[in-house]
Amino acid sequence: MSSAHRQLAGIALFAVLAGCVPLVTKSGVTLNFVMMALYATLIAQAWNILGGFGGQFSFGHALFFGTGAYVQAIAQLQGGINAWVALPLAVAGAALVGLFVGALSFRYGLKGSYFALVTLAFAEVFRILALSVDFTGGGVGLMVPLRESAANLQFASRAGYLWVVLAMVVLALLVTWWLRNGRFGAYLQAVRDNEDAARAVGVNPFRVKLAAIGLSAAFMGAAGAFYVQVFQYIDAGIAYGPAVSVEALVAAIVGGMGTLWGPVLGAVVLHLLSDLTRNLFGELPGINMVIYGTVLVVIVIFLPRGVAGLGLSVRQLWNAKRGGRHG
Amino acid sequence: MFDLSILFPSILNGLTTGAVYALIALGLTLIYGVLHIINFAHGASLMLALYAVYFLKERWGIDPYMALPIAVMGMFALGYALQRIVINRAGHGKDENILLATLGIAIVMENLALLFFKSDTRSIDTAYSLSTVAIGPAMIAVPKLVAFAGALAVSGILFWIMGRTDLGRAIRAVAKEKEGAKLMGIDVDHVYAMSFGIGLACLGAAACFLLPAYYVNPQVGGGFVLVAFTIVVLGGMGSFVGALVGGFLVGVVESLGGLYLGESLGQIGIFAIFIGVVLFRPQGMFGARA
Repeated sequence: MSSAHRQLAGIALFAVLAGCVPLVTKSGVTLNFVMMALYATLIAQAWNILGGFGGQFSFGHALFFGTGAYVQAIAQLQGGINAWVALPLAVAGAALVGLFVGALSFRYGLKGSYFALVTLAFAEVFRILALSVDFTGGGVGLMVPLRESAANLQFASRAGYLWVVLAMVVLALLVTWWLRNGRFGAYLQAVRDNEDAARAVGVNPFRVKLAAIGLSAAFMGAAGAFYVQVFQYIDAGIAYGPAVSVEALVAAIVGGMGTLWGPVLGAVVLHLLSDLTRNLFGELPGINMVIYGTVLVVIVIFLPRGVAGLGLSVRQLWNAKRGGRHG
Repeated sequence: MFDLSILFPSILNGLTTGAVYALIALGLTLIYGVLHIINFAHGASLMLALYAVYFLKERWGIDPYMALPIAVMGMFALGYALQRIVINRAGHGKDENILLATLGIAIVMENLALLFFKSDTRSIDTAYSLSTVAIGPAMIAVPKLVAFAGALAVSGILFWIMGRTDLGRAIRAVAKEKEGAKLMGIDVDHVYAMSFGIGLACLGAAACFLLPAYYVNPQVGGGFVLVAFTIVVLGGMGSFVGALVGGFLVGVVESLGGLYLGESLGQIGIFAIFIGVVLFRPQGMFGARA
């Protein structure tokens, strides 16, 4: 079995294992944990598509998350549209915002810290706008009425939500798999590693990065729509505040950027960690983020390739030792 | 609409706010100019400085202006240590890693503040907090005038350090040609840490000038981060004159924007300037195109 096929089998196994959790346990705590870990995986993987494979570090991914969330809520509230129909609209809306920001930024060759800051500035602009216009509910936010039925994308049990977000995560994993093994992903990584060299061999960096930000934003939009369906509420701070952006990038970086399983690993590890501290310290405000920040600093200093990179280094060391013994 | 009796006080108000902005931006641009990194923890560091000044007043009754040397030295020490212990090690040859490290520091600082000081907004009362003086048709708060003068003085000191002292020469040498400076026997790591320390020391001063007329809460830094970045890119990354002029400009734009468009849309004006400058003139007013 080639490594590409092994990865596909891994995704299938992951889908089956996670999908079976509601069949094995009825514990609300467990189901909630798995659901939220999957949700964290989704936003981490979304960030990874642009940040990990494209090398464009966005600090404002909440921009796409919030847009998806608001489109999902507004379509149902003002448009009277079914939640399942609103979902693709939310994804499309987020992707459009992604393409807009991407077109502006990449057209002028923006990268590195500048790109990070511009995405953050856009997220702030959207947050202030969402606070000041009427159709977003302003400072009050939007409440989606509770109508529990699968036809409304609202479930009485966490199991339903878990399967929905799992489907999104599997889709994101498949896209990442394609990035690792397909031609487009090779272009994207070539642009990340050396834009001039990529251009010299006929790759159009602008188009490739634009496609990546569109894809990344689309998955963020799906996460935003999912958030609205689970919590039935959204406001400007949740939608466009820095917390979502930070969660997405920290999980991807901690796990390992530009890998298939890194963001999954990062999301699960961070989620375990924050659950653990919540049990130890209770609901102290800020303690979660203290951990996120500390882990981020430690990882950047000691493991620049993330936790997945640590596994890789150990394997390389092991191989080198074995090779040494044989040679 | 362009009634001078409204316009003039508003501009004056913008200039005094702009002076403090400039002070914050000077530290940021110094750090960028020497270390070529964007210090994302700048806003959070200012927040810490504000808390320090707040507690010095509330616990020990030390007036914010008297606290100036303590705040400046404390922030300098914090900056020196952060650079030595964290940021210097986070390089691995990639700017993004340093940016992430400073982001991590910012997150930790903000949430430790949330943890220890709660999310309450605090401010201090001084005898002069509410006193005003008349300048032409405008009434200007005394703390704002002091801040204006203080910011100019600190900028002057900064220019003097950079232009006339051995440390300033070493900093400029490292900023210009790191390897060459190393060959001349300059301890680059030390110069980096000194630069970062001085960058944060500016925040210590800014906090002393801000607090008598301002407030502090754990999130207060976030509001200043993008303002400071706006000023720095507007003025040209690494340019001191640019930071000073940019600070005044942004202060006036914010003040006039608030006057004509309302406060929240006036804030959007700053972000619009930021996005516009980054996209269309990334070298800023005084920077050379890279």
